[in-house]
Amino acid sequence: MELLVASGIGILTAAGLYLVMRLRTFPVIIGTALLTYAVNVFLFASGRLVVGAPPILMESASDYTDPLPQALVLTAIVISFGMTAVVVVIALGAYLGSGDDHVDDQDGALDTVRKLENVNR
Amino acid sequence: MSLILVALLPFLGALLPGILIAGGRRTCALGTLSVTALALVGLVSNFPALMAGETVTARVEWLPELGLNATFFLDPLGAFFATLILGIGLLIIAYGRYYLSRDDDMGEFFTYLLLFQGAMVGIVLSDNILMLLVFWELTSLSSFLLIGYWKHLPEGRQGARMALAVTGMGGLALIGGMLILGQIAGSYDLTVILENREAIQNSDLYLPALVLILIGCFTKSAQFPFHFWLPHAMAAPTPVSAYLHSATMVKAGIFLMARLWPVLSGSEAWFWLVTGAGLITVVIGAVIAFFKHDLKALLAFSTVSHLGLITMLLGTGTAFGAMTAVFHILNHATFKAALFMSAGIVDHEAHTRDIRKLGGLRHLMPVTVTIATVAALSMAGIPLFNGFVSKEMWLEEALHTEMFGPVWLVPAICTFAALFSAAYSFRFITHTFFGKKRDDYPSHPHDPNPGMWLPPAFLATLVVVIGCAPFLAEPLVKGVTGAVLGSTAEVPSYHLAIWHGLKPPLFLSGIAVAGGLLLLLLHRFLQKGWDATPRPEAKVIFDGVVGAAVWIARRITCILHDGSFTRYAAILTVTILAAAVHAYTSGDVAPITRAMQQPSVVAIVTWVMLVAATGFLVWKHHNRFAALILLGIIGTIVSVAFAYFSAPDLAMTQISVEVVTVVLMLLALNLLPPRTPKESSAGRRLRDGVIACAGGLGAGALAYFLMLRDFVATPISAYHLDNSYAGGGGTNVVNVILVDFRGFDTFGEIIVLGIAAMVIFALTEALLSGPVRARLLNRTPNEPLAGDRHPLMMVVLTRVMMPVILLVGVFIFLRGHNMPGGGFIAGLVVAVAVVMQYMASGFSWATARQRYPYHGIVGAGVMIAALTGLGAMVLGYEFLTSSFGYIKLPYLQEFEVASALGFDLGVFLAVLGAVLLSLASFSRLARRAHDTDSKYAMDIDPSRKPTKREGA
Repeated sequence: MELLVASGIGILTAAGLYLVMRLRTFPVIIGTALLTYAVNVFLFASGRLVVGAPPILMESASDYTDPLPQALVLTAIVISFGMTAVVVVIALGAYLGSGDDHVDDQDGALDTVRKLENVNR
Repeated sequence: MSLILVALLPFLGALLPGILIAGGRRTCALGTLSVTALALVGLVSNFPALMAGETVTARVEWLPELGLNATFFLDPLGAFFATLILGIGLLIIAYGRYYLSRDDDMGEFFTYLLLFQGAMVGIVLSDNILMLLVFWELTSLSSFLLIGYWKHLPEGRQGARMALAVTGMGGLALIGGMLILGQIAGSYDLTVILENREAIQNSDLYLPALVLILIGCFTKSAQFPFHFWLPHAMAAPTPVSAYLHSATMVKAGIFLMARLWPVLSGSEAWFWLVTGAGLITVVIGAVIAFFKHDLKALLAFSTVSHLGLITMLLGTGTAFGAMTAVFHILNHATFKAALFMSAGIVDHEAHTRDIRKLGGLRHLMPVTVTIATVAALSMAGIPLFNGFVSKEMWLEEALHTEMFGPVWLVPAICTFAALFSAAYSFRFITHTFFGKKRDDYPSHPHDPNPGMWLPPAFLATLVVVIGCAPFLAEPLVKGVTGAVLGSTAEVPSYHLAIWHGLKPPLFLSGIAVAGGLLLLLLHRFLQKGWDATPRPEAKVIFDGVVGAAVWIARRITCILHDGSFTRYAAILTVTILAAAVHAYTSGDVAPITRAMQQPSVVAIVTWVMLVAATGFLVWKHHNRFAALILLGIIGTIVSVAFAYFSAPDLAMTQISVEVVTVVLMLLALNLLPPRTPKESSAGRRLRDGVIACAGGLGAGALAYFLMLRDFVATPISAYHLDNSYAGGGGTNVVNVILVDFRGFDTFGEIIVLGIAAMVIFALTEALLSGPVRARLLNRTPNEPLAGDRHPLMMVVLTRVMMPVILLVGVFIFLRGHNMPGGGFIAGLVVAVAVVMQYMASGFSWATARQRYPYHGIVGAGVMIAALTGLGAMVLGYEFLTSSFGYIKLPYLQEFEVASALGFDLGVFLAVLGAVLLSLASFSRLARRAHDTDSKYAMDIDPSRKPTKREGA
């Protein structure tokens, strides 16, 4: 079981990293979303995997899983929605403003500086 | 008055001028004047204690762990400087009131002036050296504002920048030096440091500390080789020059050298560095000043020269030198402030400061001439004026100073400097005021308003009084000298007097005055020679150095930060991997302590689905809609996994977040290109793939290793499980942690979420009001619009489902404290219900039925959460302490009410508002693009009577 979860985290991370290194905004956003899943599951797994023992206090239950990572991950999921939304609106604004959805500066910083220096002269 | 208040008054008062200027220039100046006067009175109120031999202190603990406390102390040295700063400050404010023209913003000017004044007072009253450093930097910053006050003048801006660069750089060095000093002494309190002379002088770090501190002092006090900034700072309005360069800014370096004199002086290094720099500066300044045509430039270089004189005296390390330095600080402050103000009057009245265009003013402005002549004669070192007395003491000290071998060398150099000093003073008087009256002045000079000449007249009076009766200043000078010397030496028994008999210094003075007169006669001839000699121009060198530094910095920045995000991501991943490999190979891996659990068939099937979905996603990511659907599938699998591994709350949160995320991305895709073009080369894809696989392998291995080992320390979760019901009144431990144990975290998180939503709203607003708006209006949609965009079936279905979903939301919310659910999940569920209406009937239809703005809902959520927390404080508990009880209402079961429910309500509202505000903002963008508004809920409505146009 642990191997399945661990390999799942690994696959999600690998796919996320690959997409983050793409050239356009949309795959980068998808990639960060995948990384978010991986990180959330990893944090959750730090409480170790327990089946059938939710942290709901009951008289019949004798064992509970670790509730703290769950609480932390719960807020992380909601916050990551906020983060994704902000990134998406920035990407959208950049695309609508310039008609280009590349994540990289197309000119290169040095060229931009040279242009500025020439203008000053 | 407490010293803290004295130091703070100018800062607090700095708020006034900007407000008072509305009441007129007079009110503004009077307000500023009274602030400074009040601070001065407060300072003087401490003098009785000072006279009684006490040291007044005031202390506020700030960060005692770091040794950073707001400690002020007042001894004669600090009192002397503080009085100079505030006293001359008063005169400058009165003078500035009349100097500034109606075009100048007086409120701004006096605000800067008071800020500067406060920083200076802070330096001289600080006991804690860290605080002293803060004030030191503040003087650099506020003097930058003052020097550059006339923003329209390029010289002003450049001069201000140069002053800031030089003194700011020195300030950095000073921070290093002072920290070393504090380390050696084991305390950052000056009073303690001053008692550790032995430890400091014997320390290996003494020399680095000394050099760093001296760089700080020399840059501030314009000592060679950092003297070049001061003349360029003359682009400032004259009141600023008079204030900064007579009594304050440049004296800060001198003050610090005097303050640290007991611990730093007396060593070889101190002598050579300080006396050497002083000696060079005194000569350079005096010689250059003689050849300057601008009155203020002449005075600027003379200031440089006199500061060198004081520095040199402090460098000799004798008690007599220190006493002379103190006396000359006083004398220089009086005559130099008067001279600057006189030069300002000339400039103000004649509209020029060029000495070549002036002359003969004595007929036109007799009062100014008298003041300026008195002050200049003092500067020249003529008997009966105060400059003479201290200059003679300086020559006396020079006669006892040996450097570079021959005994006559230092006295000779000093006499040479004194000779030029006399010469430029005479030139200042004769070429400006004497000679024939001219008829080509740029304006018609006459004596100004008494408000302008009274301040320098007061100083000129002091010049004469101290000059004729130096013994009056003797108790002051000796008291301050005692404070400078500390316990290292006795105050000399030397008496301040005009006549000490026919001693060598008198002859040297005579030579200097006679030589000065001779130079004045030869001026025209010498000036020609001077102008013909090539000299290094400080500003050109400075600009060249700055330009080169900027060029290099730009190149380095551009190489490291080239705007390629993908490259940063790759570098970051590789770096983290390298760190991980290093940690893995150099550390110990603990043995496996947990047995692996048997995977169930369901788990294996789910895993296969996850792998397949992720693989397809990476393979087919160019099709953005497919990628989005696959992302939704992966999110669902993750939420199933949460449910499987005993985390029902997480599963519910994940699935509802998944829904809103997909909706949000769909809204964005509506405006983004539907496909990602294939651009990466095969090599690049291979590179990225290798990095990504390595990263994935690392993350997976880390998780695997972690899960098969027990906790390193006992987790705190047991506490939460034990106290959840007893202390928090809930059986859903996760929810109790969120709203109770870690309620403060949650409170912060809903605020962050609210801010994120506001950012999205603000960005949308900005986009819609900019050029993007026009582009959106002219945009053609990616896909042809569907004919039936608000279908009947969907509208009816969502309407029917709405109350059901709302009920589910309420249910989830209410049971959250005991069973899976709570504010976060309920907020998301209700948001989904509302979003469904948007999808079915369109943005404008739904917005028209919306009663409360989403901003308000977010705000109300945060407020309710805060109020719940504060409610606990009102009842005497800590912030956010939860309490609960049981209530029995008729017809209902007994149920529990916890105050945490109020907090959870806040969470619910904040999440609901934030999600809807984000989605609504996106919808607004889309609507601007090509979503024609419809006032009807659905496109085809059988119950609606067709209007004529639709019927046709």
